[in-house]
Amino acid sequence: MCGIVGLFLKDGSLEPRLGELLAEMLVVMTGRGPDSAGFAVYGAGDADHLKLTVRGQDLDGAASALAGLATATRRDTHLVLSFPVSSEEQVRGWLALNRPDLVVIGSGHRIELYKEVGLPRQVADRFGLSTMTGTHGIGHTRMATESAVTTAGAHPFSTGRDQCLVHNGSLSNHRSLRRELEREGLSFATDNDSEVAAAYISWRLREGASLTQALESGLEDLDGFYTFVIGTENGFAVMRDPVSCKPAVMAETDRYVAFGSEYRALVGLPGIEQARVFEPEPARAYVWERH
Amino acid sequence: MPVIDLAQSTKRDLNAALHALTPDTAETHWSVRNPEGQHALAAGVNVPVTIEIDGHAGYYCAGMNQQATVIVHGNAGVGVAENMMSGRVHVKGDASQAAGATAHGGLLVIDGNASARCGISMKGIDIVVKGSIGPMSAFMAQAGNLVVLGDAGEALGDSLYETRIFVRGAVKSLGADCVEKELRPEHVAILTRLLADAGIEGVSPQEFRRYGSGRTLYNFHVDNAGAY
Repeated sequence: MCGIVGLFLKDGSLEPRLGELLAEMLVVMTGRGPDSAGFAVYGAGDADHLKLTVRGQDLDGAASALAGLATATRRDTHLVLSFPVSSEEQVRGWLALNRPDLVVIGSGHRIELYKEVGLPRQVADRFGLSTMTGTHGIGHTRMATESAVTTAGAHPFSTGRDQCLVHNGSLSNHRSLRRELEREGLSFATDNDSEVAAAYISWRLREGASLTQALESGLEDLDGFYTFVIGTENGFAVMRDPVSCKPAVMAETDRYVAFGSEYRALVGLPGIEQARVFEPEPARAYVWERH
Repeated sequence: MPVIDLAQSTKRDLNAALHALTPDTAETHWSVRNPEGQHALAAGVNVPVTIEIDGHAGYYCAGMNQQATVIVHGNAGVGVAENMMSGRVHVKGDASQAAGATAHGGLLVIDGNASARCGISMKGIDIVVKGSIGPMSAFMAQAGNLVVLGDAGEALGDSLYETRIFVRGAVKSLGADCVEKELRPEHVAILTRLLADAGIEGVSPQEFRRYGSGRTLYNFHVDNAGAY
């Protein structure tokens, strides 16, 4: 069992509250996943700059060493490095050479990604989720089934620029799919089945598929149980396997689209009493994009 | 009328109060405020009282119900009225998966849609859905009636035993050993009764098609039907 949540804002006036609303949703899902938690937030950013979220120890040392190259913002065990797109090779090169112990868990113009072992409330507090702002975010509370309880095994997984995925379920063909994706040049940081699903979507998008097409082709290629919530720089998507093995509830108003594994996760959202609350159908791609 | 506000009281307080009622109780009409999707609301009630839930309910609402009337003024989560034995459950919104699962008796009315596996393994309950039902509904259903005013999803009635299924709209596909059958006068009578019980007017029983078991998948000889 796991809990997943997502919030995609249509109304800009709610953006200052994104983190606060997402944190509440995440904490309600503690019962579905108490061993670790994580979230991705799409906050400020522009086309000329990139952000890398890195995870590890002695982050202040890395931040000062990179002072001339990147602006660093530390949140507990994670560091967000922001720099001009043209410096990407330099920053990544420096990290690979000098700090191979640090793990890059997310990159993009807007995405920041945080995950840790522990109760969702503790994880949200450590990173200050409730103070974060942005247009959309997704989160996950984990009850591990397919791999160990480690920070690396926590969700979300990001396998492409500004892309991330959270998963409730388990895949049965992830080993073979992983080998195929490796032949296509994708690389993996963990042995987690959900990372394979994230990489599969990234690969389809890289090959020119729309988000909807990528999710629909997943119906053929992914074997197992899944409810996915996916974030891209401007988009938000939900997909359930054809058997709809894992639960899902959505709410939509003029101001937002929200996803929860259970309706309980949505009760703190503004105007939820008037929202259109519905269960997404199995094997149907639900995609929202902001342009 | 007793009012339980779940913003103030816990779900366990609510269920304990309902379980403590005796058949001759004078407190026959209960109101539950701020359900906020909590699970197992009004589960296991065994007295003839009415319980109105003012909002969306979570999983297994009114599960194992006997005698009570439970009305949900909102949506219900997974397994509403699962294993109901008698009484009546009325969902004014949509129901999630496995509505009425394994239930032996009583009437479940859903004003909106029900998602996947509605009436899975039903054993005698009557279910009336005013909207449509999702895939794999009435899977291995054994007895009772499933009435759907809208459409049915894929694999309706897969591995069906003896439940009668009535669908007014389109059926996306039938599951293994589920076949369309003739709508005979006794079925019209059942539909007439269930539509009336569900408070539905202006819908004729003749608008429905009947589906049932092909009886090729399980060890049942129709010659022995009288013995059951």
